[in-house]
Amino acid sequence: MKMGKIFVKTSLVLLLSMIVAGMAVAADPGSGSFKKDKAIEISFGVPVDEAWAKNVGNFTVYEKPDPDIKIPVESVTLDSRRVTATLNFADSLNTGSEYVVEAKGVTSDGKVIGTREFLARKTQVQLLFTIFLTASLIGNFVFTKYLGLCIFFGVSQKKETAIGMGITFTLVMVLSAIMCWAFYNYVLEPLHLGFLKIIVFIGIVAIFVQAVDTILRKVNPYLFKKLGVYLVLITTNCIILAVPLLNVDTGYGSVSSLINGLGAGLGFALALFLMACVREKLEVCRVPPTFQGLPIAFVVTGLFALAFLGFSGLALF
Amino acid sequence: MNRYLTLLWNGLIPENPIFRLALSLCPAVAVTVSIKNGLMLGLAVVFVQVASSCTVSIFKNFIHPRIRIPAYVIIIATWVTIIDMILPVINPAVYKDVELFIKLIVVFAIIISRLELFASKEPLGLSFFDGLGMGIGFTFGLCLVGAIREFFGAGQLYGYDVLGFQPLLVMILPAGGFFVIGFIMATFNWAEYKITGKMPKSGGGH
Repeated sequence: MKMGKIFVKTSLVLLLSMIVAGMAVAADPGSGSFKKDKAIEISFGVPVDEAWAKNVGNFTVYEKPDPDIKIPVESVTLDSRRVTATLNFADSLNTGSEYVVEAKGVTSDGKVIGTREFLARKTQVQLLFTIFLTASLIGNFVFTKYLGLCIFFGVSQKKETAIGMGITFTLVMVLSAIMCWAFYNYVLEPLHLGFLKIIVFIGIVAIFVQAVDTILRKVNPYLFKKLGVYLVLITTNCIILAVPLLNVDTGYGSVSSLINGLGAGLGFALALFLMACVREKLEVCRVPPTFQGLPIAFVVTGLFALAFLGFSGLALF
Repeated sequence: MNRYLTLLWNGLIPENPIFRLALSLCPAVAVTVSIKNGLMLGLAVVFVQVASSCTVSIFKNFIHPRIRIPAYVIIIATWVTIIDMILPVINPAVYKDVELFIKLIVVFAIIISRLELFASKEPLGLSFFDGLGMGIGFTFGLCLVGAIREFFGAGQLYGYDVLGFQPLLVMILPAGGFFVIGFIMATFNWAEYKITGKMPKSGGGH
């Protein structure tokens, strides 16, 4: 009995510390910003020579994930104080990703200062909002990435269960996304054990779900009665493993990972709820006997997927 | 020998993982825009299913029943990690399309359900053929959906131009996969109804 209490307390403390560790935001490097989607503005901090700045060969620009694909700079303009340079491009930039600007041999008043590097990206809030929107609507995990279908078809028969599952799933998703991120960045990465991420992530999720199950049973039996059934099912949902893997592969930071998890969870909850509404109506419809059950559910999901295509291209910033 | 063949046949049609058991539906919709993708993922699943079925069958007496599920997950994850390292060497181009789903084989319900229902009780030989049958049935399902979607969506088969135009672009869009699987399931139901005269009960759905 006492052992059980100690175990619960230790696991609680462990969980909390992992979450807190995950929340620590990484330092913000570089300074550069997008102007519309065809220009990047960088600031040197000191006045630079106009002749040097006008030479587009001095600047190398590439998207952070692909350093080999250089993006040609069309022209460079300096402001009147010669501190801020604006790099113009012929093609539109993908403002959702990060661009690295390398300035070779920066020259100030005839003296060469050296190579400087700038990172151009959206402000954190804009970026987070884009990630959230992508995870929940534009790239909805059920309708456009086809993940979590097993649970999606299994639990969407009634609205009530759909809501319960949606809430439980969102909570677990957010917390396990942040825990997997912290574990990967503070344990696996420093030890060069990145290839173990599949085993470790599924382990973390399974242990976390089991821990929540145990803690909830003791701490809040009422809530456990409402949501406990869904907890066990969550481990078999592919989204719960896909989001941490995607976070690591795209190199998201802690907050971005958290928001991605939140978006994925809410998107899944939305999909479940919509589907449950339709399936409750389907019960009283006359469906051809061969289509009853799963086949018609698939066709309905197809129609939803078509409707969700309408969200593609949605952007507020 | 006969029993082995029955197990193989069982996985292919009567208990086809995708159309009859309705297990592991996510990859069935996601990677099946072409036969090549379906084949790649299918082969990966055959490998993981056979390898982990055999592993569990060998070690079944050492795995305590209380911790069997975590043990199975770790076994599956180990084999998935191995295949995830082998495939990019064999065919990098196709691997890029199905990368995420190769990693997600860990959570495919079909594999763990075969371990739980079959491999944890039966001897090595039977488990091997059961895993092989299920894997081949899964590959067959993926290729069938892939062929239909590739033919109607892109007018191609296995990357070769057959029609020269794209009859139904919607087939390679996300929605197309759902439609195709829905209709194939209905066809299976219809066929069973014609043969046995009974309406089959719909699969559980996870």
